[in-house]
Amino acid sequence: MDLQFILNPWPWYVSGPLIAFVMALLLYFGKTFGMSSNLSTMCSMAGAGKFSDFFNVNWKDKLWNLTVVLGSIIGGFIAVQFLSNDSGTNLNPTTIGELEKMGFNNPGKSLVPNELFGLENLNSPSTLLLLVVGGLLVGFGTRYAAGCTSGHAISGLSSLQKPSLIAVIGFFIGGLVMANFLLPLIF
Amino acid sequence: MKALRFLLVGIFFGIILVKSEAVSWYRIYEMFRFQSFHMYGIIGTAIITGIVFLQISNKGYIKSITGSKIHVPKKEHGLVRYIVGGIIFGFGWALIGACPGPMYILLGTGVWSMIIVIAAAIVGTFIYGLVKNKLPH
Repeated sequence: MDLQFILNPWPWYVSGPLIAFVMALLLYFGKTFGMSSNLSTMCSMAGAGKFSDFFNVNWKDKLWNLTVVLGSIIGGFIAVQFLSNDSGTNLNPTTIGELEKMGFNNPGKSLVPNELFGLENLNSPSTLLLLVVGGLLVGFGTRYAAGCTSGHAISGLSSLQKPSLIAVIGFFIGGLVMANFLLPLIF
Repeated sequence: MKALRFLLVGIFFGIILVKSEAVSWYRIYEMFRFQSFHMYGIIGTAIITGIVFLQISNKGYIKSITGSKIHVPKKEHGLVRYIVGGIIFGFGWALIGACPGPMYILLGTGVWSMIIVIAAAIVGTFIYGLVKNKLPH
């Protein structure tokens, strides 16, 4: 049997419904699909409840959440080691051209740009700063907005909730400003 | 044994997000530049499928494993927290090219620098917990 269809990147119309299936599985198991909650759970485990009541929760009830996280790390490993070929990401040529002009080499050949995530670039204080600032924004923003892409865009919009629509509009305002105005200044 | 099901869901999720390229920094950039339909197709079909699933389960045709009604918890009412928090998250999403799920998945694919991003995200969440009561929601 030709298994290239598994090794090649999957089309959006296969991936989208499969992501909804993950949400459905978690709801079936009596939980919810929301990946940012694990950050809060880890704060609680580390004793952050001493500094803020927000983290005073029984984190043992949330261990399932960290189990999903552990699984997703393993899933990422399996996907690149056993279920991929070297086809790369089929980006829009305009995107590739733009990124090359900004100084990115071989856009789409790997999952993330080496210019930002390459270990050899960690010596550069500015690269390190970008990773730290990016992480802080994601961690602070998701908790302030009470959810991320999975919790609001998928779970929240699937259940037709207005707060999630507002949050997703916020995600896009932030993302559009970053990608269109700030990234060209940074790189 | 209950842990195993969550581990398997996580593995399945990680594989899907890599194979869909939703963990690609470049795909996120391309999406925010409106240069590809790919990510909109993924998010759009995920939402449509999710709506269909929840409508069917709301009618009682699908029950949870314990036999109870399937439901997604209601988000609290609010405006400022969702729009401002959303914008702050959006900045980070487009910069790092990954939201909280993909950060871990990318670590599994061998992007070791993600450890720094994840640690910073935990600190960011902690900072929110510290200043929560001073913020408008």
